[in-house]
Amino acid sequence: MSGVILEITRTKGEETVAIGRAAYEHPLPVRLCHWANAISLFVMVGSGLQIFRAFPSFGAKIPQKDLIHWPKAFAIGGWLGGALQWHLTFMWIYMATGLIYLGYEIFSGNYRQILFTHRDIPGIWPMIRHYFFFGPKPEQREAYNPLQKHAYTTVIGLGVLSVLTGLAIWKPVQLSWLAALMGGFHLARLWHFLIMWAMLAFVLGHLVMVLLHGWNNFISMLTGWKKDPEY
Amino acid sequence: MPAFAGLDVQLNLLGFKLAWTLTLSWRNFVELCESYVQESRKTGMSPEDNKSEAKTSDPSKSQSEEMAQHPAEESSPGEPSSVDSVKVADPRIDEGKFATVTRRELLKVAPIIALGAFAIPSLQESLLKKGLAFSDWASARLFRQLHLAPTFTNDKLTPFEKFPINDYDVDDPGVIFENWSLTVSGAIQKPGEYKLDQIKALPRVRQNTRHVCVEGWDVIGRFGGAKLSDFLTMIGADTSARFITVGCADDYYESLDMPTALHPQTLLCYEMYDQPLTREHGAPLRLSIPTKIGYKQAKYLTDLKVTNVLEKVGYWEDQGYSSFYGL
Repeated sequence: MSGVILEITRTKGEETVAIGRAAYEHPLPVRLCHWANAISLFVMVGSGLQIFRAFPSFGAKIPQKDLIHWPKAFAIGGWLGGALQWHLTFMWIYMATGLIYLGYEIFSGNYRQILFTHRDIPGIWPMIRHYFFFGPKPEQREAYNPLQKHAYTTVIGLGVLSVLTGLAIWKPVQLSWLAALMGGFHLARLWHFLIMWAMLAFVLGHLVMVLLHGWNNFISMLTGWKKDPEY
Repeated sequence: MPAFAGLDVQLNLLGFKLAWTLTLSWRNFVELCESYVQESRKTGMSPEDNKSEAKTSDPSKSQSEEMAQHPAEESSPGEPSSVDSVKVADPRIDEGKFATVTRRELLKVAPIIALGAFAIPSLQESLLKKGLAFSDWASARLFRQLHLAPTFTNDKLTPFEKFPINDYDVDDPGVIFENWSLTVSGAIQKPGEYKLDQIKALPRVRQNTRHVCVEGWDVIGRFGGAKLSDFLTMIGADTSARFITVGCADDYYESLDMPTALHPQTLLCYEMYDQPLTREHGAPLRLSIPTKIGYKQAKYLTDLKVTNVLEKVGYWEDQGYSSFYGL
């Protein structure tokens, strides 16, 4: 159903005029998964950082050389035990929303508007030039421009990797084949950490873009409808 | 692909077709992929789009506009010419009705608020406990008796002096070795005191395994001892019981699920790096369980019991850590 565009009309007495258009961009499953996953990701990162505080290093235990001292105030859980409770509880919500989202996108065909393909490659540079170097605004023909598609496709991949690396750390014996693919438990822990930062980079860019693109765009992730779409 | 099939069915069929081709022949699979790429380059749309009305078609550009901009592009053979199609005006809706629609859609998203229960102090503890219990249940389901923890060659061992020592009370609780025995009780045929020599008489296993601490660090150590399963046989334990519990000289305590207790790599360990355990590492006897997190591998054992009931789970578990914590 996404892709449907309506013309909004107002009737004053005898006259009916068009006052704007609205596009249905985000079906309900997408919206539910978006917010559930956003909340889950917030908890996973917060509790993950608290877990990290227990051994903030990727080297040896003896001698221990800490990478960074992450402040407790910016973590969730209060202590290692608490953080693990949050992390091992919300990971199920995080994984479920991810799977539901992926399944919905594939089986509804909705993925087409967001999946980055080879056809989007030529459009990347004009978009970067426009966003970062004051280049001209490329004509928008679809719901998502090539750079957006790249970001949203990549972050899904990162999400999948965050789960896989997490599972490898949680079950390095029962899922020893998975841990082995990543170079073993010790390295899997590092990949898990790095992927988190890559996802945070996405979140930062995403939030900036949401802020810059105004109320109508933001509200479309709640109601599904975007008033006055650019296309 | 039948034109009448919906997009979701077509996607399924496409997936099966690709997967089937891949199993048949890598070359055929590559050719199939290439044919899709070529066709989509020719028409600007995927073959599936050509064969059915794309539900997500670009609404702002008509077919005729598209043709005008790309005159060199051939339309896919056999399809009726789309040059004559005219852009259809968007359906209309009154603003009042539209407000109703958006309000309803907003309400449909409201269930998300349920996650807020985790922020309510009176509910938080029990919700998190349930979540952790669910993870433990899933871990127990995932555990396989015959799946071995990875073992390593001697060159991968962490040097003994770099093998960390963790405790909850003291590094050395002052065990007197001459008096030491393991007090064994519970659902067993031969309860009583067992001396270290009796445990050493059982077949000795030495293994290089990864020791993972809940804090996040890991080391590879060399552990030697008797299989716990052999010891349980020696004492005539009822292996249909659910748990083993242990008590320690420093008042630490732990429990173990029976499937893990019977796992071939679970050891009553009395050696490290082919030497008797040092005091700080748990002399004279500790648990070595490569399929469990570090805190389950209790040191300075003094008591062992086979039981179906757990009054307490373990020192750290009773503070809120995971009970099963299998790796």
